[in-house]
Amino acid sequence: MPRIGVFIETREGRIKPAMSGVITAARGPNHELYGLVLDGRAADYKAQLQAFGIHRIVDVASPTGPLGWNPDTWARAIALAMREFGLEALFGLTSAMGKEVLPRIAAILDAPLLMDCLRVDVEKRTAEKSQFSGKTTGVFKLNGAHCLYGMRPNVIEAIPAPTEAKIDAFQAPVTEGALIVEALRLEASRGVDLTEAEIIISGGRAMQNGDNFRILRECAEVLGASVGASRVAVDAGWVPHSMQVGQTGKTVSPKLYIACGISGSVQHFAGMKTSGVIVAINTDPKAVMMQHCDYGIAGDLFEVVPILTRQLKASLNHG
Amino acid sequence: MPFKIYVCVKHVPDSAANITILDKTRIEEKITFIINPFDENAIEEAVQLRSKVGDAEVVAVTIGKPAAVETLRSAMAMGADRGIHVVTGDPPDSIATARALKAAILADGAPDIIFTGKGSIDSEGFQTMFRLGAALGVPAANNVASFRLEGRTATVESELEAGGRAVIRMPLPCVIGAGKALNKPRYPILPDIMKARKKPIRTVPMESLDIGTPPASVQLIELRPFSDRRQAKLIPGPVEKAVEELVRLLREEAKVI
Ligand SMILES: Cc1cc2nc3c(=O)[nH]c(=O)nc-3n(C[C@H](O)[C@H](O)[C@H](O)COP(=O)(O)OP(=O)(O)OC[C@H]3O[C@@H](n4cnc5c(N)ncnc54)[C@H](O)[C@@H]3O)c2cc1C
Ligand SMILES: Nc1ncnc2c1ncn2[C@@H]1O[C@H](COP(=O)(O)O)[C@@H](O)[C@H]1O
Repeated sequence: MPRIGVFIETREGRIKPAMSGVITAARGPNHELYGLVLDGRAADYKAQLQAFGIHRIVDVASPTGPLGWNPDTWARAIALAMREFGLEALFGLTSAMGKEVLPRIAAILDAPLLMDCLRVDVEKRTAEKSQFSGKTTGVFKLNGAHCLYGMRPNVIEAIPAPTEAKIDAFQAPVTEGALIVEALRLEASRGVDLTEAEIIISGGRAMQNGDNFRILRECAEVLGASVGASRVAVDAGWVPHSMQVGQTGKTVSPKLYIACGISGSVQHFAGMKTSGVIVAINTDPKAVMMQHCDYGIAGDLFEVVPILTRQLKASLNHG
Repeated sequence: MPFKIYVCVKHVPDSAANITILDKTRIEEKITFIINPFDENAIEEAVQLRSKVGDAEVVAVTIGKPAAVETLRSAMAMGADRGIHVVTGDPPDSIATARALKAAILADGAPDIIFTGKGSIDSEGFQTMFRLGAALGVPAANNVASFRLEGRTATVESELEAGGRAVIRMPLPCVIGAGKALNKPRYPILPDIMKARKKPIRTVPMESLDIGTPPASVQLIELRPFSDRRQAKLIPGPVEKAVEELVRLLREEAKVI
């Protein structure tokens, strides 16, 4: 029975929504699924983890208590847990946190790792991921004692598979090494990270300035969405780089992506082409984004977006 | 002894280039290649650090085909003092790459600091810096948005989710993966490009490096063009009506809201 681990990412006492899809991807015929939790709240997550098929929840801590955020100690603790429980594979998210932790584990174990996977076959040890800014998809074979997969958030649809989970405590004998986390500066962080957002509304050059992003934020609020941007909007200093979608920004795959006044350059597409549904709002019906979207509205975003916000408000309030 | 700064730079297809798949795993390489964009931030930081330290040297290292020498020239036009080119045929996976980078760097000198980009835009591995750090037994930080050196202690801000940052402290030597927010890479002017032509490059065949026998590998078995089956549906009509139809489609057809 293959034992497969899943690195469970949490935020403020909640399992990140994108985790359910990752757990779904890790399931397979007679896989025994281990959910590794590091924030000290394993018991709180039992109901949700077992609903998606986790059989054993491993509460990973240090001998003196929960491990505070330090990607280096977290990686060493998880690598030890993988050995302790005989996990032959580990799944995680290709999120900001996953990008810090998964490659460190792979480096410690000298194990193969594929980040940003779109699909994984645990039995065959193959996985698909985008290459060359999303222009091609590569199929890879992983060879090694432990295989690590970082899934692109939201690409696998989450399907419940209820089971009964048992909690194991695991005290990893790790102490802080050469890498010290001195402080966390979270004041700048706003809401859900773009890479994990289920809905994104983005603005490009057409926004004209930073203040105008307010109309996107208003729409985002109604949708429970995050706000993104093209590089032009970032380079102009209208919004921070953490909001940039694209090849030199973030790769996102929300179920709904609304591009407002974004032309659809290859570099922008590189970051959002695997989105579920793409909506384009653009004055130019011939813009690339308008031709490679699912639904397009040819119009001025300053007119269209406020109407969309108003209608969504009305529609979401009635059902 | 001068302070030694190594920068790992990768030769990658330009993001705007058309990628044509030749056989199952190879692409047509008669396209424009560039220095990996994040590696420009790595070079920029290294060059700025050199001027702060004074007695320091910036060495650009690449592993790649013969054509990758162009990327070393770009790095040197941006200010690197010299280059090391580990010549390979097919691109190695990141496990072998990190081992080869380690071997090439140690054969050249004792690094005080190593810069890389935060990820490569062709293979999108997001791991070489960590593997290199682990192989050398030194700490590594990635997606670095600010960097400061005091004595032999590096303090960096590493980007976390949603714009948050972790302030990380590490002793030298260490590996630093540069993010876009770290700096604004300089644009080399013609005299810099001319000067770069005269800077020395050492060429090392990959086979001559002792990289041991990696216990693991990641092997590309097939490349396929990304196929997008979207059928763009432009919603006609006056804005108010069009938006109404869009909301209906999102709810009833796409079921995403
Ligand atoms: C190495 C490299 C990396 C890059 N990385 C990225 C990246 O990560 N992300 C990224 O986005 N770009 C990236 N770029 C830049 C990219 O090539 C484009 O320049 C950029 O994406 C264009 O941004 P835009 O669509 O906002 O602007 P434009 O291309 O100028 O498009 C603006 C659009 O707005 C429309 N418009 C104008 N007014 C209105 C209005 N009132 N209402 C509605 N529509 C309107 C126009 O018709 C047009 O289609 C990169 C480029 C390079 C060379
Ligand atoms: N073949 C290579 N030669 C030199 N540096 C490399 C090579 N591959 C990766 N790197 C470095 O490692 C970083 C991350 O690459 P990757 O792990 O492939 O995303 C890059 O930005 C480079 O700095």
